Amino acid sequence: MTRIDLEFTIDALDFVHAGEAASRVKRTLEHVGMEREVVRRASIAAYEAEMNIVIHSVGGTMKVTILPDCVEIVATDRGPGIEDIDLAMQEGYSTAPPHIREMGFGAGMGLPNMKRCADDIRIESAPGRGTTVRVIIRPRHAA
Amino acid sequence: MTLDDVRRYLGAEVICCGEKLDREVTSAFGCDLMSDVLAFARPGTLLLTGLTNSQVIHTAELIDAAGVVFVRGKHPSSETIRLSIEKGIPLLATRLLLYDSCGLLFSKGLRGCSTVDLPETPREATAI
Ligand SMILES: Nc1ncnc2c1ncn2[C@@H]1O[C@H](COP(=O)(O)OP(=O)(O)OP(=O)(O)O)[C@@H](O)[C@H]1O
Ligand SMILES: [Mg+2]
Repeated sequence: MTRIDLEFTIDALDFVHAGEAASRVKRTLEHVGMEREVVRRASIAAYEAEMNIVIHSVGGTMKVTILPDCVEIVATDRGPGIEDIDLAMQEGYSTAPPHIREMGFGAGMGLPNMKRCADDIRIESAPGRGTTVRVIIRPRHAA
Repeated sequence: MTLDDVRRYLGAEVICCGEKLDREVTSAFGCDLMSDVLAFARPGTLLLTGLTNSQVIHTAELIDAAGVVFVRGKHPSSETIRLSIEKGIPLLATRLLLYDSCGLLFSKGLRGCSTVDLPETPREATAI
């Protein structure tokens, strides 16, 4: 394997297809023989990124680049953006409305989960424009 | 404990993938919030939940769950069942509530996903 690029279009509030992109990411990583711990962290991060676009944005894309020693996930949406990124990163902070909570989301754990899974996470967001979350996952070999 | 033991202990109905009930369950997680499952559950976990939408199946797949038990008599839609068959994830359904389901399985020796040790049972509680 040299490099695999995956790209997904993710629609707002599309709960029928939500989760399929992360599932494809997981299967692809398993197929290329990525180690289990990396598969797990990358697919959880992909799922949280995908669900945040579905739930909180007007729609966007998720691009995943798979290299032998690195997985990069870039989730970009077209708005509405995050006003206070530090606040959004706090465990338990969520603006999800009640009907979203009834579906099992809105624990305010998605971004913290992504951070826990990631070796590097960068969030760029501007209210009125959109949000880009970039996550890097590498094998965590014992030194 | 196997999935078939879980079925017997909870008096549960098998919804799909009944051929996989000999699967070993190594821990359990009871929750209705998917991000909490993703944060704390371990591979091989049995997921107990009152939610029945397709996101439960996606979540179970991502954490390599051994299977899913729907509690409170909840029944998934045919779409959720179809997805679960596609992913090969066994589904069970019980009329018991979440607490009772978890408590029963715990009493049979199935532990949760806590990363801290369980406190020792106080003396006065054991002397009943
Ligand atoms: N792509 C996004 N666009 C706009 N706002 C976002 C986006 N992603 C996250 N947010 C904001 O950050 C908050 C925290 O996100 P996080 O993923 O941690 O929790 P959640 O999605 O609310 O709940 P959970 O992920 O546990 O289901 C969200 O409630 C929302 O206000
Ligand atoms: Mg989220």
